[in-house]
Amino acid sequence: MSEVNLSAAEMARYARHITIPEFNVEGQKKLKAAKVLVIGAGGLGSPVLLYLAAAGIGHLGIVDFDVVDESNLQRQVLYTVEDIGKSKAENAKKRLLALNPHLEVTIHNVRITSDNAREIISQYDVVADGTDNFQTRYLVNDACVLENKTNVYASIFRFEGQVSVFNYLNEDGKRGPNYRDMFPEPPPPGLVPNCAEGGVIGVLPGIIGSMQALEVIKVVSGVGTPLAGRLFLLDAATFETRTLKVYKNPNTKIEGLIDYDLFCGIHPVKEDEANKVKEVSVQELKGFIDQKNDIKLIDVREPFEYEIANLNAELIPLSSVLDAAERFKHSDKVIVHCKSGARSAKAIKLLQEELELDNLYNLKGGILAYAREIDTSLQTY
Amino acid sequence: MAKIIIPTPLRKFTDNQSTFDTTGVTVKEAVAELITTHGDLAKHLLDDDQKIRSFIRIYLGEDDINALDKEDTAVAENDIISIVPAIAGGSI
Repeated sequence: MSEVNLSAAEMARYARHITIPEFNVEGQKKLKAAKVLVIGAGGLGSPVLLYLAAAGIGHLGIVDFDVVDESNLQRQVLYTVEDIGKSKAENAKKRLLALNPHLEVTIHNVRITSDNAREIISQYDVVADGTDNFQTRYLVNDACVLENKTNVYASIFRFEGQVSVFNYLNEDGKRGPNYRDMFPEPPPPGLVPNCAEGGVIGVLPGIIGSMQALEVIKVVSGVGTPLAGRLFLLDAATFETRTLKVYKNPNTKIEGLIDYDLFCGIHPVKEDEANKVKEVSVQELKGFIDQKNDIKLIDVREPFEYEIANLNAELIPLSSVLDAAERFKHSDKVIVHCKSGARSAKAIKLLQEELELDNLYNLKGGILAYAREIDTSLQTY
Repeated sequence: MAKIIIPTPLRKFTDNQSTFDTTGVTVKEAVAELITTHGDLAKHLLDDDQKIRSFIRIYLGEDDINALDKEDTAVAENDIISIVPAIAGGSI
């Protein structure tokens, strides 16, 4: 640590840190010497990266392979309208260096996988996990355990936030509990919706991500007591908070990285003939409508989505398609659609399995594709 | 009466109620009472052997019931039971 020095400009910049007695110049030097990897530059990653950059973490790594989408701007405060369609990692780097030119920022514009996770994580001191799916959560956790890195964890869903510090090196030289000690196995796919399906209130990642940044700073500087062995919960809807104890589980064994899709129950799609979903394009649908073909159009989205935009289809939400199966029977084609095509494919599979209907067609790309390619006056969301 | 706090992802099975008052004197009884009232919760909380699913933790106060007497953990008047599910959102 002794080789790290703060310039006059840095001393001025970080004056409000340096005047905190227990933080002082030594704490600031530790931040400057630190290499922190932020995985996911989205809802959580935005405040984490902004605050860590502002606070003077010397070297920030960003893992994100995605591009900025308009619907990200409701909460991903790193980005502006001009960034839509552009690389998150590259634009995040630009924004962070504009905020604090004293930093080094490395971007990893890749999807983190079992093949590259250990190599990337090994280059950093601390990891902040702000990813959005269970496969990556377990992958990041296991790689941190194998590489002996502290994993500052945060997760959000609708109004609910969780924060913890996993695999923290305690004073006795032993590592604290990790994510698998808390949750040995992930939920089966479909049981817990992700943010895209379930939604998230825009300010929540700002609150929870700021707490995550705070824990990174505490871990790096050694100031305060990190949230290791504890899980913080916030219910933003009721403003109830709880801090629960997390224990090490003697049955937790992490010996190497595995196939996390398989572990999370996500199997490669094996389409047999009976299970195949037939598709029509939005152009074909337009043709059927223009020619007044005797097709039936069914929308399996939720009523609130139907209110935003609809194609005058009959509304039968996915959860009730089997109860309403009779309504899918029709002399000609029945075209089923949802927002982008995934739920309608699921509905068709369910109906094909239960009723052996062979006149069901999925609208490829859903109402979003229709809005994009046929009727641009339709409201998108 | 003891209270069970329902996490956001499971509230759609409890008519959006965030808490449930229970007279159960063990965690097992309290969870059974909750499931009797809100039947759709059963498959989300319990596995085929009627055990709490491995991606859900049950807490009494700030303690994991696995560090106490598991599902037989005694529940006293005014205790708070938390159901804590794994959630994964953050980036999207």
